[in-house]
This record gives sequence, structure tokens and C-alpha cells, in this order.
Amino acid sequence: MALYSQKVMDHFRHPRNVGSIENADGIGEVGNGKCGDIMRMYLKIDNDIISDVKFETFGCGSAIASSSMATEMIKGKPLAEVMKLTNKAVTEALDGLPTHKLHCSVLAEEAIRAAVQDYCSKNNLEYNF
Amino acid sequence: MIYADNAATTKMSRSAINAMLSCMENFWGNPSSLYDFGQKAAENLNRAREIIANCIGANSSEIYFTSGGSEADNQALISAAAIGEKHGKRHIISTAFEHHAILHTLKKLERKGFEIELLDVHEDGIISPQQVGEAIREDTCLVTVMFANNEIGTVQPIEEIGKICRAKKVLFHTDAVQAAGHLPINVQTQNIDMLSISAHKFHGAKGTGILYARKGIPLTNLIEGGAQEKGKRAGTENLPAVMAMATALKDACDNMTDNNAKILALREKLIDGLAKIPHSTLNGDRNNRLPGNVSFCFEGIEGESLLLLLDDKGICASSGSACTSGSLDPSHVLLAIGRPHEIAHGSLRLTIDENNTAEEIDCIIKSVGEVVEYLRSISPLWKDKISGKREFILS
Ligand SMILES: Cc1ncc(COP(=O)(O)O)c(C=O)c1O
Ligand SMILES: [Zn+2]
Repeated sequence: MALYSQKVMDHFRHPRNVGSIENADGIGEVGNGKCGDIMRMYLKIDNDIISDVKFETFGCGSAIASSSMATEMIKGKPLAEVMKLTNKAVTEALDGLPTHKLHCSVLAEEAIRAAVQDYCSKNNLEYNF
Repeated sequence: MIYADNAATTKMSRSAINAMLSCMENFWGNPSSLYDFGQKAAENLNRAREIIANCIGANSSEIYFTSGGSEADNQALISAAAIGEKHGKRHIISTAFEHHAILHTLKKLERKGFEIELLDVHEDGIISPQQVGEAIREDTCLVTVMFANNEIGTVQPIEEIGKICRAKKVLFHTDAVQAAGHLPINVQTQNIDMLSISAHKFHGAKGTGILYARKGIPLTNLIEGGAQEKGKRAGTENLPAVMAMATALKDACDNMTDNNAKILALREKLIDGLAKIPHSTLNGDRNNRLPGNVSFCFEGIEGESLLLLLDDKGICASSGSACTSGSLDPSHVLLAIGRPHEIAHGSLRLTIDENNTAEEIDCIIKSVGEVVEYLRSISPLWKDKISGKREFILS
């Protein structure tokens, strides 16, 4: 059996929404070079809806695939719903990850939260999710 | 498929497979049985022992068959520690970048009250005999230094280290798992007291190896049972694999000069090609390394994704990144030569052999270049370095 599911490999090989957004409304970055994975999320937000999302990731297959999947899951969604996205949901959508790779996928959820927090603080909105 | 992971394991050679098959078909008796058919097996076992002893300059009575490199390493260290303990000596010297078969056994000995001193291996991945000489104390019972490193391929000054140990009457063990069959080994001229070998690193079968222990060094049993291996390693011998190991080792030693000339040319081509990738570095001394080892770090990318994309292009390689090991830390070897965590995560090890071709090397160079460029294009770390927000670490 391969290390990763076909879904993971598909998102890893053909990541969706990779890149950056100029004048993004919110940017979130988590992880660090020491631990081996860094994820950066760019959000465009219109009327509390994620109208566009892009990501950049330095990391393993699990980290890249979960960033890609997470961006697909939040695009076009209202903020309130986006903030309910969990690492578990991302992992399930990828048909699972090896146990020792779960920690890399947590970053996607964290990066999105950080980006929304950035959006809120830039716009003097209360971050109450 | 381009196989470039020979340090992980090698393909069995045709002659080794034939030796194994012939044993399984023709003399599959138990070497401990007294009837003639069993004794035929025993004769073959001893012939294999002699062939292997000849390859490393030992006497056949000094060769103990084991289940591989890990067991040989464990037994060597436990035995030397037991001898030391008898004389009240509990200080062991080793290096920071040994294989885990050594490091984890040393940890175990440390918990039993031994003092473990790991020597610095410097940026070039080579320790000096002087370091060993200065570290040896009255209560030192063992020096264990690997012959050649499995990740960065650097070769240690074994003969000189052995000379110092002998002068100071300290046992000297070397893990020669990566060296056997690839570099000349002679336990006499190189002053080696104990040495570990694993057959699957030179086209033999997995799960077989040897521990060489110089005459007069009492071994401690790890496995109790029958009287095989002079009572030092119980269990009916894996004769088919032992026959394959002897054949493979003899082939490797007989053809070493020719093989290495070919492999070296490929290695230099590969290093030159990969060195053209900006912000990359070769790990370990350029010249003093195993003929087939190429180890690089590429800034701004992570090793596991590099391996997965190379796999898509049909290239088998390995990396010392944390995400390939399942732990949170990258390879202890790369950290030991002073690579920062971030750089160590972007490592790639390619280990080639005499079966690789120049066309394959061209393909590897091209593929690695493409994959590194792509991964950098989606890396926030790389973007920050290019835009000057973060400093480059590698030139
Ligand atoms: C330097 C070194 N020592 C020990 C071992 C362990 O050998 P084996 O796999 O035969 O137990 C290896 C192989 O992975 C190695 O490279
Ligand atoms: Zn990871």
C-alpha cells in the first residue's frame, strides 16, 4: 500500500488554489522552518464570504495536500462556517492520513484561522469565532 | 525505474541469488545434524565463513553470523561493555552521527551506568584520530566509530583511530555496514578489533550479516539457545542467505576497483550537476566519501515532497527530513554536521551503484532541478528569501 491515499496524492500533485493574492484581506502564516512545515493562507473576503483563497506551503506531502483541500473546502463559504472547519474534516475529505502525518495537516486549519484573525484585526472587527 | 537508494538496500546479484537457490535445493540440511547430509551443509557454512574472513583479512574462527548489521552492532557494544565492566571501565567513545543501531544501544548502556562520549564530526563529517586520542581515558573500555556514514557517505580515518586505540589498549569497533564491499577492509592492517557487516548493502540478502570479533575477545550472547556460532549466537543458521552473502561479498571485493572507477565517474557527474542548483550544498567532504554517495540540501524546500515528486518521475531516493522519518526532528546526521533544522529538512540522498548509467544520472539531474524549482515556487519560505524578507542560509 502506498503511504498516502489517492486523494492526498491528487491534491499533492495538483494543488488547488496555490499561489498568493495581492492586496489580500487577510493573511495567516503558521509553522516554522525548524519543525519542517510552513503554511501561508491568503483570503479575499467580500460581505463575510471567502471570495478567493490562495496558499503557499513549505512542507511534506501531507502539508501540501491538506492546504490544497482546505482551500477548496472554504472557498465561497461564509466566515462563520469557515471558522468551523476542523483538521478532522480536512483529513476525512482526503480519505485519511497516516497517524504520524496528522500533525502536518493541523497547520491548514490553523493557517485559515490566523488569516481570518488578521482580517478581523485589520478591519477592527471583533474576532469572536 | 531509476534506483538510486543503494544505501537503503541493494538488489541481490544474480550470482548471490543462484548461491541461495542452490543451497535451498541441494544442501538444505541442518549444519548441526550429524549425518552426512547435515555435515554437507556444515561444510558449506564453513566455506562461506572462510570466504568472508578472507575478504576482510580475518581468520574464519573470528566470524560470527548474525541477523544483520543491527544485531552485530548491538552484540559488539554489549560485549565490549561487559568486558569493560569486569575491569571497572565504564567510559565509551563514539561519534554523534552513528547509525541508530549504535546510538540506541549506547543509550541503553548509559541507562546502565556507562558514560557515553560522542565526538563532534565537524562540518565535513570526518572525525580526526587526535580527537579519539584526546578523549581516551584510563576507564575507557570501547571506541566505536563507523567506517563510513550511511547518510552523507563520509569515510573515517579507521586505520589511524585503530592504531591509537591499540596503543592505549582500548577495544575498537567499527560499523562497516556501508563500507563492506565498497571500500577495502583489512581488520589486521586497519587495527580493528570488532566490525559489523550487513549483506543487503552489497547485493546479498536482507536479514544476514556478520560480527567480526578478534580472537580472544569474549562475546556476550544476545540470543540464548543452541550451540551455533561457538555458543555465542543461538539459532539454526540461515545457510542460504549466508551462502549468498559470501558470494556477494567476494564478487564485490574482486570487482571493487572496476566498479568504483565507474561509480566514481557517475558520482562526480551527479555532484557537478546538482551543484548548479542555486542555494544548495553538498553534505560531507567532497572527496573523502563512499564512491556511490551523493547527499545534498536544497534551501527553501522540504525533503518528503521532493521524494514523492521524484518517485512520480520513477526515481527512488531518500531524505533526512523530519517528515520522512515520522519524528519531529530532521536527521541527526545532518544536525551533527551543523546544518540548521530548516536546511536539514530539504535534504536528498542519492546512492548509486555500478548498475546505474550516465543516462540515468542525466535524468536525475534534470528531474531534481525541475522538482526543486517547482517546490520553491510554492514555498513561502523561498518567496521571502527571494524578496529579501528572510536571509539565505546557503549561497
Ligand atoms: C551504518 C549502518 N549500520 C547499521 C545498519 C543496520 O543494518 P541492518 O539493516 O542489516 O540491520 C545500517 C543499515 O541500515 C547502516 O547503514
Ligand atoms: Zn509534514
